[in-house]
Amino acid sequence: MRLELVKRPQQSTLFAAISPLIALGLTLVAGAIVFAMLGENPFEALYYYFVDPLRELWSLHELAIKAAPLIIIAVGLSVCYLSNNWNIGAEGQFIMGGILGSMLPVLFPTFQGPLVLPLMLLMGLIGGAAYAAIPAILKTRFNTNEILTSLMLVYVAQFFLDWLVRGPWRNPEGNNFPETRRFHPDAVLPELFPADGRANLGIVFAIVAAILVWLLVSRTLKGFEVRVLGASPRAGRFAGFGTTKMVFFAFMLSGALAGLAGISEVSGAIGQLRPTISPGYGFAAIIVAFLGRLNPLGIIAAGFVLALTYLGGEAAQISIGVSDKVARVFQGMLLFFVLGCDTLIHYRIRLVRSALKSDAAAVAKAAEPASEGA
Amino acid sequence: MVFVQSSAETAGPNLLEVRGLTKIFGTLKACDGVDLTIAKGEIHALLGENGAGKSTLVKMLFGSLEPNDGVISWNGEPVTIASPSMAKKLGIGMVFQHFSLFEALTAAENIALSLQADTPLSTISAKARALSYSYGLPLDPEALVGDLSVGERQRIEIIRCLLQTPDLIILDEPTSVLTPQEADKLFETLERLRAEGKSILYISHRLDEVRRLCDRATIMRHGKVVGHCDPRQETPSSLARMMVGSEVKNAERPPSAASGEEILGICGLSRKPAGPFSMPLKNIWLSVRAGEVLGIAGVAGNGQGEFFEAVSGEARQEAGDAIRIRGQQAGRLGISARRLLGAAFVPEERLGHGAAPRMKLSENLLLSRHRTDRKAFIGTGGFVKSGAIQSAAQRIIKAMDVRKSAPDPEAAALSGGNLQKFIIGRELDRQPALMVVNQPTWGVDAGAAARIRQALIELARGGSAVLVISQDLDELFEMSDAIAVMHNGELSKPIPIAEATLEKIGLLMGGAEPGHVHVSAETA
Repeated sequence: MRLELVKRPQQSTLFAAISPLIALGLTLVAGAIVFAMLGENPFEALYYYFVDPLRELWSLHELAIKAAPLIIIAVGLSVCYLSNNWNIGAEGQFIMGGILGSMLPVLFPTFQGPLVLPLMLLMGLIGGAAYAAIPAILKTRFNTNEILTSLMLVYVAQFFLDWLVRGPWRNPEGNNFPETRRFHPDAVLPELFPADGRANLGIVFAIVAAILVWLLVSRTLKGFEVRVLGASPRAGRFAGFGTTKMVFFAFMLSGALAGLAGISEVSGAIGQLRPTISPGYGFAAIIVAFLGRLNPLGIIAAGFVLALTYLGGEAAQISIGVSDKVARVFQGMLLFFVLGCDTLIHYRIRLVRSALKSDAAAVAKAAEPASEGA
Repeated sequence: MVFVQSSAETAGPNLLEVRGLTKIFGTLKACDGVDLTIAKGEIHALLGENGAGKSTLVKMLFGSLEPNDGVISWNGEPVTIASPSMAKKLGIGMVFQHFSLFEALTAAENIALSLQADTPLSTISAKARALSYSYGLPLDPEALVGDLSVGERQRIEIIRCLLQTPDLIILDEPTSVLTPQEADKLFETLERLRAEGKSILYISHRLDEVRRLCDRATIMRHGKVVGHCDPRQETPSSLARMMVGSEVKNAERPPSAASGEEILGICGLSRKPAGPFSMPLKNIWLSVRAGEVLGIAGVAGNGQGEFFEAVSGEARQEAGDAIRIRGQQAGRLGISARRLLGAAFVPEERLGHGAAPRMKLSENLLLSRHRTDRKAFIGTGGFVKSGAIQSAAQRIIKAMDVRKSAPDPEAAALSGGNLQKFIIGRELDRQPALMVVNQPTWGVDAGAAARIRQALIELARGGSAVLVISQDLDELFEMSDAIAVMHNGELSKPIPIAEATLEKIGLLMGGAEPGHVHVSAETA
């Protein structure tokens, strides 16, 4: 017996529209089961996880701080994924943007003034874009799989950062702690409403980036090129659009935005470089991009949802004493249900009871012995 | 044939009897209460346009689709055909229009894949060889499928089917990939099979061969059976009327007004094969002048696709002068630059090549026009002027009579014929100096096909050059001022339409007269 996916002749527009909400609902149900198995009251646990963090103003500020990098990265990734380029290495580009952007305040702490911050942001953009160009070059020159190369480069970036903060960039006055010197005030991203909480300019960048990319994708010829090459590459070549150029465009745009998120995080929320500057934003942003249906405006909403899983994880750790790894579990379940819902909207599952050895499809099946075993 | 018919009626139950067979896809009734009887020892034609429901009917008979309603009787017994393997056990064999062969395997290995797993390959080889010679379909079982011509590949499919000794053989559009001479051979084989008492269900939309070969015909339109007849008692036009439901008129071709000015010049175009099974192009010379329609005939897979890519600029050449468009060297230019020189292109595949399936018609307009009509369609900052592309799309929809269900539907939502009318109209709307079309009416219903052909002829008579690549010889004879033949990546010298005969073209399609290519350079 085996399962087969059969394409549905028509897709329900209603279900296609509400599929992210269904996925969210299923995640909550599955989460309740997980909490129950951990021996907690599931309703109480879900309350602490998803509602409690929204009750206070300072906490909403924290939500914005977590949502900003997720949205900025995911918006870039949406362009990448729409064009059928699979950049899984935003985490690495985030780190490289953070490192290059931090160069000024770390290596030239005496250079101060209003120019510092814009320059840092610019270098963050450049750092992320340049790092994302590596898998693009490998893909276009050597036809390597960008999923693997971009993912592997994440670990390179992580170890490079680790080496920098323990070695050459370590704070000389920092008692040998593995971190750089703290940024001077001119190099710190300003807070929006310092009286209420820590939220900084990052969330503004996120909203602006989302709106700009939305305009780009839906209203311009370049966006048309992205969508055509992603959905029908052959039609894209017929239109005269260059595939190679698009690989670079998509990777470097998403890399630049990941780099911007990186330097914003370092100069805003952290204020210095440390061995770890991201709780997996680059990976979580992949979930954000899909939960937002690769639409930059949807991504804004999805970014806040994922930010809540981070905050909730911390809150649940404090109030009911479960591991903060629960946050990762929720993120994983969310991605699983989003992709599952999308698949089941386009396909239905059919149970095939017996192996049909000699039907017309036998020719095709014989080529894949793996499916014969059923 | 009167004998065949009467004997069928007296000799007990019919081989196959179908009553009220219905298949519904969503809201579409692909087959609606279809009745069909096939007697022993007859060749029965199933006629109908694309989309009439022939394939759906046949898939239900072969067990790959499950009917929603209706009864199938085999030798008088009602049966449920749940799978192709069950159809084979009953004695129904099928030769598909699109072959399911592995190119990297030999003919015998391909046959073995569909038989019992324990038969040794040498036995299959020997059986296949014997069978193929006895039916006049010579076949080398050790040959790699990738090296075989389309006609030979079809033989593998037929032999594979015959090895299972079926009583009913279903052939789906078997001659669409054959030269006229190869088709003749196939007909002889089919007549022999009939003489042995086997029944054949012959699916086609080619009226001449149906009239020549078949004892009875069942005609389908829009999922329903609209008539049974003896095709030999009918004329092609009466059959066509039953198929289409209305009179179809041929395109009118006023005398050529070729001015002599060369619009497209191809000089010694060669191209290495792009993949293991694609065809190299060998030293092609051709000249298409203003005012003329030049047709390129050929059996599918002889380099037409590769040729189209080379001419359109999707594949660029190393030498700039291999392709000249309106006197300009275009060999090294990409497709957009060639369009700017006044060329327009319509590829064979509508969905996924000529149009992006999930995009609206107005967006698909942008696909081939974003460069040539930049001023009209693209505003400052690269923003698309959506009002402009929508009104242009509506203009094309009106000019070409594109029928659609929504004001600006996705390309995939249109029927093949209507999408093709839109794609052709998209290029005609520019009034291109050169129009290159690959398979202009492939899979298009007769009404739309006539309209497309007429539009292309009118474009040429208006002073443009039109190059038509087609497998449909009737179409080429109807449209072209001269016909060249592509075989094995080589192009013959164009034959003026007054001198072209079906036999002459057919011989060239089969590869006769090699080594003529240089002559065409002088006439060019």
